[in-house]
Amino acid sequence: MAQAHAPQFKNPVVKWIDSRLPIFTMLDHEYNQYPMPRNVNYLWAFGAIAGIMLVIMIATGLVLAMQYAANTHIAFESVERIMRDVNYGWLLRYVHANGASMFFIAVYIHMFRGLYYGSYKAPREILWILGVLILLAMMATAFMGYVLPWGQMSFWGATVITNLFSAFPLVGDPIVTWLWGGFSVDNPTLNRFFALHFLLPFVLLGLVVLHTAALHVSGSNNPLGIDPKGPQDTVPFNPYVTVKDGFAVVVFLIFYAAFVFFAPNYLGHPDNYIPANPLVTPAHIVPEWYFLPFYAILRAIPDKLGGVLAMFGAIAVLAALPWLDTSKVRSCKFRPIYRQFFWILAIDALVLGYAGAMPAEGVWLLVARIGTAYYFFHFLILLPLLGKLERPLPLPASICEPVLKGGGRVAAGAHAKPMEKA
Amino acid sequence: MRSLKSAILSAAFALGLAGAAQASEAVHIPKQEWSHSGVFGTIDKASAQRGFQIFKEVCATCHSAKLVPIRTLSGIGFSEDELKAIAAGYEVQAGPNDAGEMFMRPGIPADRFPSPFPNDNAARAANNGALPPDLSLIAKARVGGEDYLYAFLTGFEENPPEGVTLMPGMNYNKVFPGHQVGMPNILMPDGVSFADGTPATVQQQAHDISTFLTFIAEPHMDARKQMGVKVILFLIVLAGLMYATKRKLWSTLH
Repeated sequence: MAQAHAPQFKNPVVKWIDSRLPIFTMLDHEYNQYPMPRNVNYLWAFGAIAGIMLVIMIATGLVLAMQYAANTHIAFESVERIMRDVNYGWLLRYVHANGASMFFIAVYIHMFRGLYYGSYKAPREILWILGVLILLAMMATAFMGYVLPWGQMSFWGATVITNLFSAFPLVGDPIVTWLWGGFSVDNPTLNRFFALHFLLPFVLLGLVVLHTAALHVSGSNNPLGIDPKGPQDTVPFNPYVTVKDGFAVVVFLIFYAAFVFFAPNYLGHPDNYIPANPLVTPAHIVPEWYFLPFYAILRAIPDKLGGVLAMFGAIAVLAALPWLDTSKVRSCKFRPIYRQFFWILAIDALVLGYAGAMPAEGVWLLVARIGTAYYFFHFLILLPLLGKLERPLPLPASICEPVLKGGGRVAAGAHAKPMEKA
Repeated sequence: MRSLKSAILSAAFALGLAGAAQASEAVHIPKQEWSHSGVFGTIDKASAQRGFQIFKEVCATCHSAKLVPIRTLSGIGFSEDELKAIAAGYEVQAGPNDAGEMFMRPGIPADRFPSPFPNDNAARAANNGALPPDLSLIAKARVGGEDYLYAFLTGFEENPPEGVTLMPGMNYNKVFPGHQVGMPNILMPDGVSFADGTPATVQQQAHDISTFLTFIAEPHMDARKQMGVKVILFLIVLAGLMYATKRKLWSTLH
């Protein structure tokens, strides 16, 4: 894929630096000339959107951290000071709070795109596993961030989730005490959660850098799931994909802004505007929406330890996905049976999310159990079998073949042989 | 405007975000007409000012609003002089002075509303064991928001339905979870007399105080929505330009 030629820099300062530290050559290579398959659709923009969300979260989070006080006596009040007294503090906080949801929306779409087009298959296994680690780091960061306002859901959410670790035999209770820094969720817990909430986004950033580096080794997948055969199958990242991703980012920002400005508390819980009170338990303790499918899995298992293992297993199974899916064909386009099961899995995830928001009793408990069983059935049984049993459709010879319907001009700057008629 | 909001909300629902909408309460809370609802809605300042009068004369005997600085009221149309006069009507504890003693002084607009009780225990002791919640954020801290507040304030019934036995000192309310609440039915017809001559029916009072509580829970709401309209218009224009650029650029490929 590396037909890229060394760039010629005109600026003498750039030239001087580049001959000593070839950072400009690297940027040119990775973000200017980087060949993208020319047939990628708008679903490929969600990687860039997620990246932008991380930047927005770090930028707003930094300014919020300058105003926030991580102490149980004043944390709630300090958030209200941000909302009322800090210039545009309400904007910063709503951008940050809704930004977490938007980040998860972008990442979940990004993941389902990977599932649909088989982006986790060889040679992209490490790329995919890094993505699973990013999801884990995001979950930890988001969970601790939700604790910081020290409202009722902050406190009780933290109590429920940290208590999960007590399910492990022998080491469980000492681990929980160690996490809390005491014998209940209290000031030491809030203080360390704030420190970790500030640290983890930078771990996340490091993982994103590795994720991108791994991506640029194998190159991006595409809707056909076949490798580009040459320059006629790709376009240079800049300007083609920068403009396309840029458009997608702006459309996503409109969706994001609609929440920030017109329904900023819709995705939150009213109880979190009540200061934390260890003596009053809310009627329903509900996590943020992006945890609901996992929460449903946790509660679906009647045994506490079993539930915790199933919940973490639901993420661990994703890391094993490159080896669980035995089919050599990447894209769902050429896997007519898997395509149907993909959509069933997507519906299953939504159903689990809905069940996670409902009280764990009666019909919703049953729904969560069936949903959980199906989730693991899909990954552990269906995918390994389907790869062996399914007869994929014939793959096209190249990306250009269906795109150009036999020949055409190629991107300016890409040195290609004229296309042969397919 | 309502339709845009409901479009956003139904899109969110379709995305499976509905989980954030909490487990449904059995009680139906009817929607009221609010001038501040919708994308272009703004707080009805006259209503909020009447609501402030009710807050001051009725609610504040038991309830605090301790997160709200008095100067916040400039957002519902009080002038600086009026704010100073309102603030001076409160006694605020200050100090310690040079002798090491706390003392009382008249309030200034930068002070927060003083609380009726020195602490939660004192509030409980004076209210039959029930703690009147702080009202600073009450409109955002209840499912249903201002519609719930209105339904709650107009939802008291003198005689509970048959089969319901109230605990001593409790009152029956149609929408309160569990229906038994320590707070008595406090809004009486003509319980306050409004300076602008608005008839003080119970419904009018409930509407005005709910508007006021919505305002103090979110004093920047009008500014937020006005900025949102500009931001979204800007983004739509930018998206159009980006799309045109993308179309033009990619058309050279074919």
